[in-house]
Amino acid sequence: MRIFDPHIHMTSRTTDDYEAMYAAGVRAVVEPSFWLGQPRTSVDSFTDYFDALLGWEPYRAAQFGIQHRCTIALNPKEANDPRCAGVLDVLPRYLAKDGVVAVGEIGYDSMTPEEDEALARQLELAVEHDLPVLVHTPHRDKAVGTRRTLDVVRESGIPPEHVLVDHLNELTVSMVADSGCWMGFSIYPHTKMSEDRMVRILQEHGTERMLVNSAADWGRSDPLKTRKTADAMLAAGFDADTVDQVMWGNPVAFYGQSGRLDLEDVKPDETALFEGNSVKRGGE
Amino acid sequence: MAPPIPTALDHHLTPEARRWLTDAVARVGDDPTAVRTVFPAVGRHCGRGPLVDGWTVADAARARLLAALPLRGAALAEEITALHRYGDSAEQRAVLRSLALLEDADASFADLGVPLVRAALRGNDTDLIEAALGPYAARHLDEDGYRHAVLKCVFCGIPLDRVAGLTERADRELARMLADFAHERVAAGRDVPSDIWPIVRAHPGALEASGLPAEATSSSSDRRAAAAAALAAFTGAE
Repeated sequence: MRIFDPHIHMTSRTTDDYEAMYAAGVRAVVEPSFWLGQPRTSVDSFTDYFDALLGWEPYRAAQFGIQHRCTIALNPKEANDPRCAGVLDVLPRYLAKDGVVAVGEIGYDSMTPEEDEALARQLELAVEHDLPVLVHTPHRDKAVGTRRTLDVVRESGIPPEHVLVDHLNELTVSMVADSGCWMGFSIYPHTKMSEDRMVRILQEHGTERMLVNSAADWGRSDPLKTRKTADAMLAAGFDADTVDQVMWGNPVAFYGQSGRLDLEDVKPDETALFEGNSVKRGGE
Repeated sequence: MAPPIPTALDHHLTPEARRWLTDAVARVGDDPTAVRTVFPAVGRHCGRGPLVDGWTVADAARARLLAALPLRGAALAEEITALHRYGDSAEQRAVLRSLALLEDADASFADLGVPLVRAALRGNDTDLIEAALGPYAARHLDEDGYRHAVLKCVFCGIPLDRVAGLTERADRELARMLADFAHERVAAGRDVPSDIWPIVRAHPGALEASGLPAEATSSSSDRRAAAAAALAAFTGAE
């Protein structure tokens, strides 16, 4: 089984996770830029983070046979901090990079005017750079937030097939399905969405434009949730081709719209170096 | 003889890539800030493979974009320093390889690119170190900086024939440093890279002043063997 996790924050994960993910069939991931659990206080912290998403992390992933791409954006939560607003000015440099396959995560956290401004500007940038976008939906007041997100997306003029609306659930899936955007589901150990609920949504809404991710990060989360959902799909009677469509074909089709996905077969290789440094420790 | 880099680039590019580059050069000529988004995109539009003389296709295409910048002196330095700051290693190496050409076209650029050379020399990326040690570094690094750059190459296994200006700039102090380096290697029972010997040999007495010859009578057999190999390489390879 081959798996593409379309949303996972590998910067926060260990090499054991990479090994377990490879063993489970994960061969490609997209790491959206997001917040780090603690606020950043300057634009420079963001650019160092973006550089790591484009440099060190893809190198680390490749050592374990996994191809790593990223999405770049000013996330909604930090868009509210005036010290970070300058990130919007450096984004064009990053959106031009080979490793960037979408603008993201953008969207709403608390639906403030600052978030409106950052969302609108970044949708414009996506159109200008001909990139798809990954849109985060708020955890609080999700249905209203998702509705408003879809309105802003529609007004921006970006084609709906360039938009992936993420962290959906039973109450928000239908409005996104009707919009023509792609639908993302984050499968978490305790919150958001479980494997079994995901299977029921797929049974009800079909597998077109559907993406499943682990959204694993620095919080309690499980980078193998994609595989566990795939197993739950098989147990529920989905055939292997349909599982492959959800776990591989759909994310490849969505991010492939960037024209930069270019997946190749990478084999684990711990001997390679990044800027002269490696993942090994002395004595290995 | 390999064709000059711009000619080689023109031969190499597909019609589509050439159109993209021509358009990108025109955009940069009209608005220098356009370089900030076309410079990172060069690899996927023009290719990344080798061209000639250690340059890649992307290096040569990026050099052409930098040459098109309608900026001079400090403004030029500021733009290329930012490209380097936000660049991945492929972008950084292209900036480094372009420094001499930028100065050739604009004398007021002068030594404003030296901080980028020094940044590469502080790192461990051999590709960037090699790219930094072109004619621009040979012109601008001071004596101490140049000698330490050569020594870093020897440590990192970068062949010294990739370092510009060595014939003119190698001096007795560099020969001393390399002879001491060779002694250190021999005392560890290790091989010495052969490309240091022409420099040491050009300065009579440099080898003798190091402790290397005495290693030939060391009580340790691996040191004696390493010394014998080093001394044979020193006298042999004329």
